[in-house]
Amino acid sequence: MSHVLSLLVEDKPGLLTRVAGLFARRGFNIESLAVGKTEIPGLSRITVVVDVEDLPLEQVTKQLNKLINVLKIVELEPEQSVTREHMLIKVRVDNSTRSQILEATNLFRARVVDVVPDALVIEVTGDSAKVRALLKVLEPYGIKEIAQSGLLAIGRGSKSISDRMNKN
Amino acid sequence: MAEILSNDQELDVSELSPEEKRKAQIVAKAPVLTGSGAILRSLELLGITDVFGLPGGAIMPFYDELMSADKIRHILVRHEQGAGHAAEGYASASGKLGVAIATSGPGATNLVTAIADAHMDSVPILAITGQVFSHSMGTDAFQEVDILGVTMPITKHSFLVTKPEQIPGVIAAAVQLATTGRPGPVLVDVTKDAQQKSAPFIWPPEIDLPGYHPVTKANAKQVQVAAQMIVQAKKPVLYVGGGVIRADAHKELAAFANAVGAPVVTTLMARGVFPDSSPLTLGMPGMHGTVPAVLAFQESDLLIVLGARFDDRVTGKASDFAPHAEVIHVDIDPAEIGKIRHAEVPIVGDVKDVLQDFLSAFTLASKEHKPDYSAWWERLNFLREQYPLGFDEPDDGLLSPQWVIQTIGKMSGPEAVYAAGVGQHQMWAAQFIRYERPNSWLNSGGAGTMGYAIPAAMGAKVAQPDRLVWAIDGDGCFQMTNQELATCTINKIPIKVAIINNSSLGMVRQWQSLFYDGRHSFTDLNTGHDTVMVPDFVKLAEAYGALGIRVRTKEEVEPAIKLAMETNDRPVVIDFIVSKDSMVWPMVPQGVGNSQVQYAREHAPEWEEE
Repeated sequence: MSHVLSLLVEDKPGLLTRVAGLFARRGFNIESLAVGKTEIPGLSRITVVVDVEDLPLEQVTKQLNKLINVLKIVELEPEQSVTREHMLIKVRVDNSTRSQILEATNLFRARVVDVVPDALVIEVTGDSAKVRALLKVLEPYGIKEIAQSGLLAIGRGSKSISDRMNKN
Repeated sequence: MAEILSNDQELDVSELSPEEKRKAQIVAKAPVLTGSGAILRSLELLGITDVFGLPGGAIMPFYDELMSADKIRHILVRHEQGAGHAAEGYASASGKLGVAIATSGPGATNLVTAIADAHMDSVPILAITGQVFSHSMGTDAFQEVDILGVTMPITKHSFLVTKPEQIPGVIAAAVQLATTGRPGPVLVDVTKDAQQKSAPFIWPPEIDLPGYHPVTKANAKQVQVAAQMIVQAKKPVLYVGGGVIRADAHKELAAFANAVGAPVVTTLMARGVFPDSSPLTLGMPGMHGTVPAVLAFQESDLLIVLGARFDDRVTGKASDFAPHAEVIHVDIDPAEIGKIRHAEVPIVGDVKDVLQDFLSAFTLASKEHKPDYSAWWERLNFLREQYPLGFDEPDDGLLSPQWVIQTIGKMSGPEAVYAAGVGQHQMWAAQFIRYERPNSWLNSGGAGTMGYAIPAAMGAKVAQPDRLVWAIDGDGCFQMTNQELATCTINKIPIKVAIINNSSLGMVRQWQSLFYDGRHSFTDLNTGHDTVMVPDFVKLAEAYGALGIRVRTKEEVEPAIKLAMETNDRPVVIDFIVSKDSMVWPMVPQGVGNSQVQYAREHAPEWEEE
């Protein structure tokens, strides 16, 4: 089962190696990873999706907590969080398919960000299901390349992960 | 530029905030030191008095400083692995931090085994390594190894230092990390330019570890629940691990155990933390544990687990381990709780504090419900009488290794320190020497590092020069690290080495005898009886300036040990030529449940399975 973990970490060299290495070492598979700065200078946020059962997940979390540069770990439950993926899709086009593809793009509220006579680059943002669905629609036209971000996730409501950090 | 700041420099502070002003004044007043000087000064200010190491290109600036150090004794080892294990032995014998120093590249990688060993056994050591110039890093420079990357899985934490002003804060943080919470190895890798450049030396530094706050005080409610379970239990056992030694909690353990009156089982890492002379002691559990200890777990209804981690050498097949027991698990590392075995009562905390809380809670709870363990003790006493630790004299007429080790223990007593290598001799030393105090038994438990004994004994003797220090070693182990005898002779560190020479990699040979149809594949070392004896350990000892003694007969054993104990102007090596057919018993074969314990070959004890 997939779990979304949100880690607040110190922005130190080698931090990502420590986190990724721990997953590898303890035999856990990372499905997706997104790293970026946060509202607090010097702190980064890692959103990691991992496919494990509940008991090993507890072990992963405890082991991650032992990393000195990890400040806080929160599991984001699907119903209490917002998740987004971001994807750029380069799709083959010709004069006969262009309008159909543009229609599909509009239906998914995606955007065309690059145009050449024989290809389009489409940008789409959404939860995993939406992104997958668009890909499926575009597939028959010939997908030349995709670039995808890791899953981003944030808890619903006014509380932040750094609030929770200060309480503990 | 930090380098040009000095004590008497005038600062224009009019533009600064009060906090900035305060900091600027501290910087202005601070002495300017080179990075190397800062490492040395930081170590001195942190109370470090002994370090082990070996210089090389990338650590030379620091060694230049070290030469004129008057508060720190540096011991020049002959191999960096020796420095690492010496730091471990130093730490394990004294409870203080051990320090090992090496240069970049191969110097640093030679520390790796010792760092891994310290990580497995939670030994507080600080490894300081030189690194190539920061501008050369990543270019495959001469003697460049990414030692931070190499050691990442086997350190509690590690730091790369590229600027001299980082040094005080990093060294202080490294020492704090190594010695607090669950102790462990911390590595500080310092580039050569960081050692050479100068910066104001600010002390005490700000230690910046926002993600590190080990829980030390236990949850009071959980303690109450635990106390209730203890008074209700019919067959409780205290499962005591090395964490109790690291936490310096032997007095608290004694007070609690004696108040409860429950049996105490001490793991390989915990030998000595509870006196073997106590009537509550059942001995060591696990693969080569005593029958009473192994079966006490199997029959118990409550395990009180203190600073132990359900190692597979203790549990055997984990799903068959202590099948009727509920578990109270106390550890300072939350990740150990529930890792192997579910704990009905998980308690995260410093076991020294938790044991005090346990004692008060138990005292209170037992007023309402006096526990009665008399039937349990009847059963355990039966097992003790029926299955005491023992050994048979070898059929080949050679010395019995168990008897030799037992005699060393009897003659040297509980105030001595015993460091063992890894293998049969280690198990016999854990079984047949009687330990009465913590930190008297040093060994490589988790990692199983052959070659640990000699350098660890050296480190222990440096930490505790007034104690008699034995390395109980095997002929295989001895050949891995005996170069440190040179270090011992030159630096006047008179350790005693007992080589239990069965001319083979004995534990592997034992498994071959039992599980591989007696096919002794590459386990003969040709050092002992009826062989060419290469090397000749007595000549080797003499070449190193040590006293070498060979012992073949029973009559020679006690006089040789006596002579060793009386010789303190140089190290002593006794080559005990023993039988290679002696085996370690009892034994639980790997991969089966502990109820399959065999008291001797083909001899399983009878016991009550419910």
